[in-house]
Amino acid sequence: MAAALAQYRPDTVLIEGPPEADGLLALAAHQDMGPPVALLAYVVDNPAQAAFWPFAAFSPEWVALRHALDHDVPVRFIDLPAAHTFVHEHEEEPEGPGIDPIAELARTAGHDDPEQWWDDVVEHQLVGDGDALAPFRTIADAMAELRPPGSEPSGGREARREAWMRRQIRAAERAGHRRIAVVCGAWHVPALAGRPSVASDDALLKGLPKVKVELTWVPWTHRRLSQHTGYGAGIASPGWYQHLFESADRGTVRWMTKVAALLRAEDHSVSSAHVIEAVRLAETLAAMRGRPLPGLAESTDAVRAVMCEGSDVPLALVQDRMVVGDRMGRVPDEAPTVPLQRDLTRLQRSLRLKPEPAERELDLDLRKDTDAARSRLLHRLTLLDVPWGSAATSRTGSTGTFRESWRLLWEPELAIKVAEAGIWGTTVESAATSRARDLAAHSGSLGEVTALAEACLLADLPDALPTVLQALADRAALDADVAHLAEALPALVRSLRYGDVRGTDAAALRELAEGLAVRICIGLPPACNSLDAEGAGAMAGHLGSTHAAVALLTDADELHQRWSATLRTLAERDTIAGLLRGRAARLLLDDNQWDAAEAARQMRLTLNPVTPPAEAAGWIEGFLAGGGMLLVHDTRLLGLVDDWLTSVPDAAFPDVLPLLRRTFSGFDPGVRRTIADRVRAGTDTPATPDRPGFAPTLDRTRAATARRTAAVLLGINHAPPGARGSAE
Amino acid sequence: MSVSAVPPTDSAAPAEEALRPHAETAYAAELAALAAADDRPRPACWQLSPWAVATYLLGGALPDGTVVTPKYVGPRRIIEVAVTTLATDRALLLLGVPGTAKTWVSEHLAAAVSGDSTLLVQGTAGTPEEAIRYGWNYARLLAEGPSRGALVPSPVMRAMSEGRTARVEELTRIPADVQDSLITILSEKTLPIPELGEEVQAVRGFNLIATANDRDRGVNELSSALRRRFNTVVLPLPASLEEEVDIVSRRVGELGRSLELPAVPSGSAEIRRVVTVFRELRDGVTADGRTKVKSPSGSLSTAEAISVVTSGLALAAHFGDGVLRPGDVASGLLGAVVRDPAADRLVWQEYLESVVRDRDDWKDFYRSCREAAEH
Repeated sequence: MAAALAQYRPDTVLIEGPPEADGLLALAAHQDMGPPVALLAYVVDNPAQAAFWPFAAFSPEWVALRHALDHDVPVRFIDLPAAHTFVHEHEEEPEGPGIDPIAELARTAGHDDPEQWWDDVVEHQLVGDGDALAPFRTIADAMAELRPPGSEPSGGREARREAWMRRQIRAAERAGHRRIAVVCGAWHVPALAGRPSVASDDALLKGLPKVKVELTWVPWTHRRLSQHTGYGAGIASPGWYQHLFESADRGTVRWMTKVAALLRAEDHSVSSAHVIEAVRLAETLAAMRGRPLPGLAESTDAVRAVMCEGSDVPLALVQDRMVVGDRMGRVPDEAPTVPLQRDLTRLQRSLRLKPEPAERELDLDLRKDTDAARSRLLHRLTLLDVPWGSAATSRTGSTGTFRESWRLLWEPELAIKVAEAGIWGTTVESAATSRARDLAAHSGSLGEVTALAEACLLADLPDALPTVLQALADRAALDADVAHLAEALPALVRSLRYGDVRGTDAAALRELAEGLAVRICIGLPPACNSLDAEGAGAMAGHLGSTHAAVALLTDADELHQRWSATLRTLAERDTIAGLLRGRAARLLLDDNQWDAAEAARQMRLTLNPVTPPAEAAGWIEGFLAGGGMLLVHDTRLLGLVDDWLTSVPDAAFPDVLPLLRRTFSGFDPGVRRTIADRVRAGTDTPATPDRPGFAPTLDRTRAATARRTAAVLLGINHAPPGARGSAE
Repeated sequence: MSVSAVPPTDSAAPAEEALRPHAETAYAAELAALAAADDRPRPACWQLSPWAVATYLLGGALPDGTVVTPKYVGPRRIIEVAVTTLATDRALLLLGVPGTAKTWVSEHLAAAVSGDSTLLVQGTAGTPEEAIRYGWNYARLLAEGPSRGALVPSPVMRAMSEGRTARVEELTRIPADVQDSLITILSEKTLPIPELGEEVQAVRGFNLIATANDRDRGVNELSSALRRRFNTVVLPLPASLEEEVDIVSRRVGELGRSLELPAVPSGSAEIRRVVTVFRELRDGVTADGRTKVKSPSGSLSTAEAISVVTSGLALAAHFGDGVLRPGDVASGLLGAVVRDPAADRLVWQEYLESVVRDRDDWKDFYRSCREAAEH
């Protein structure tokens, strides 16, 4: 392109692009401007409606633009104005020619890979110093063959665009320019070269509706250029083309040297001999495949065989860092503000949240619409790395799930953060959605993704949720550490209970939570084997939180049974630490999976002289962690503990004491006192064999008090206490 | 003479079971036709041009109407890189799990490049240095003293002096010190004979193809010095489920005949299931690409899938009703997947519970596998 322009010496350059950007073109020559960048056009009233025109340094449009600016040649964009195209977007017309013209030509030439064919026939032919314009003429001829006159319906978006471009070319001719260079997709060449009547073009362009749009430059990345969806340019290997564009000669050698440097930096031993052999292999391979120069395919094959020892793992690194590349563009400060900032300002106004440099606290009641919207905004900004608000504990101390407290502080740097976040989207919502998706794809641990899923729910980003949940499912499937899974489950179940998820997402989330629970059931018993005291303590916490989470998953009987079976395994297996076995036994008892008799049997099995005292004390700690009321009510259990305690040998007692103290000091003072009273009174006197913990007869006076309270709670009229009391 | 377990050859092997002819004999007609049609430049001492060698392996039709049968079914890229490596006189290392046709490819490459696939060193734990360098005819050594006549050249030495392609099978099974005797041969292209004060210099056209299994534990890793002399090509496992089911059915049929087991209908549901399980665990993702699963420590090669189905077939024939049922393959499958009793068992259970259980038509399979896993 540069060679062609230098040869042609145009006196004006017209480029396929939105004409509203003409005012911004001068910025392209700014010293702070570094591609990849994109022109961003958005509807002023609705920034969510936006379009991007990405440019890499090697994009022909960019090369032409810089040529014009460097040579003081007038340059303009001549595509249909974005003001019109936005209105027509809802027409759902297929963009572009409908067929891939290059693929069509490659197929005609007998090649199955269009990009490779293009490289061979067009890009690599430019290396010689012949006529730089020749390739353009050839392509124009080829396109004319593909688009014989009258082969397409008139009207439609493409026809309107071409009509507009023709009109601009005519205008340039009228302005006295003689050597006009038009930079556009090859597909349009025949349409622009042929000249239908002015009247027919005018008819096509008559009365086009328009909206108010604004444009600006935003920084872009190679990674986004390579995306085929969204606003990517669909260039699979921007890093490779950047390399070809930058390296004047010996492209393969330079490429291999760069690859070697990258691999060395990642601790792969790659010597210069490797580079030499890789270059030889790539060149021979190209010769064998009948290509003029090694392309990306040959270079990749050579790197894999010589430098990566056949492995695709280091190759993936090369693919990611070099073939795609992580180059990020720069945009000068003079570029107009990004729409994200406008959207934020609009939201701040409508939600009456002023950005203030002084710190202040904000209590939100999520039942109110405005407060809920404020909460969403703050959560979304947090996701976008714009930490305007940070979560705070409420001053009023209210802890309802509908309350949220924030500490707000707007620092000037946040404006820069907003500008940086502009790459993610044009509105706070869309930007937060893309950012969440990206985080999900790149986050490492299960915990991070779980936190992200919760953040998505809090920020109300339903569109990001499927991606995040998929990432979560993937991480959960591959995570071998039960502790991680157990940490993730409660948050998931919380999210499910929070009820903020819509329609299908709830089902997906539920499936995920249940799957996670099943994995925990499978992995927990082996993970609990042979833990030291510290590990057992941590695992006991997981056990409790998982139990609570599983209980909250309603309508999952099979899962509940499986969980009970897992707990039973834990409670009965000897190789598991006493703390965990005791905890599991208690959970089974609380859940009515075990009756008191079974619990007593287990306790008797454990609390005997055979069991090491420290182990038994751990068991008691685990068993009583849920509170000591059990001992108050079940004198049989208390008796067992008492018997065991008296049988602990003197030598072992000092070891056991701290554990027991820790256990009992956690109880309410009242409970402790009652237990002490029971022990002092002797544990075996009042107990009846069938109802442990209950007196043989009813204490009417005490029952009446409880009955009155129950009646008040139930709203029943205060019935006169009488003989019926005992029956009720 | 050392003997080692020959890895199962690829299913594309010719039908002749016993006394199978060398590749250059079996496909002599194709090689001759290719040589006649081949007008591209040939590297020194090559029988064919690189393009013709690639065509020989990948198959194609020649201008004179000869149809070249495909010897290797798989990515074209793999063969192109392999042939080009040989053309740049770099040694070639073919890596892959058992059953990926490493030996097969190496034999045909040698046959097409040099017209001779017999210069072979079979690697075993007991391969001595003499197998790679040279040995002595001790009777003559004692009678005449050290001389060229008393020296017994190894296949590698012969390949060097004749400018042909030598093959080393199972390179990683050879002890490390013996492996390293290849370094001088590959880098200096010369083999010194200090006893005679002479050396054998490789003639143009000499090259070496080695094969190795990259998933086996307990092998002798190549030293980095030796590794550097090789270009490495990894032969992939069959790309699609259909391809692998086809290979397994065919091999099971062949093995079954020799064991006099009842024939299974090709592509039977159980074979398909076993292959699916193998592929999913190996790839770490379910066939529909929606759920990730953990991969066990074993290599889960196609060869192992074949043995699971064959042993299931034997169970069905001798203790069952002769029809291959889920119960017959379940225990074999468990044995193939669970190599490390702790970690792999978890992997297998998770897979059963999170993937197999939810498949409607896999209920009986799920039950059998659970039963097998619990005992």
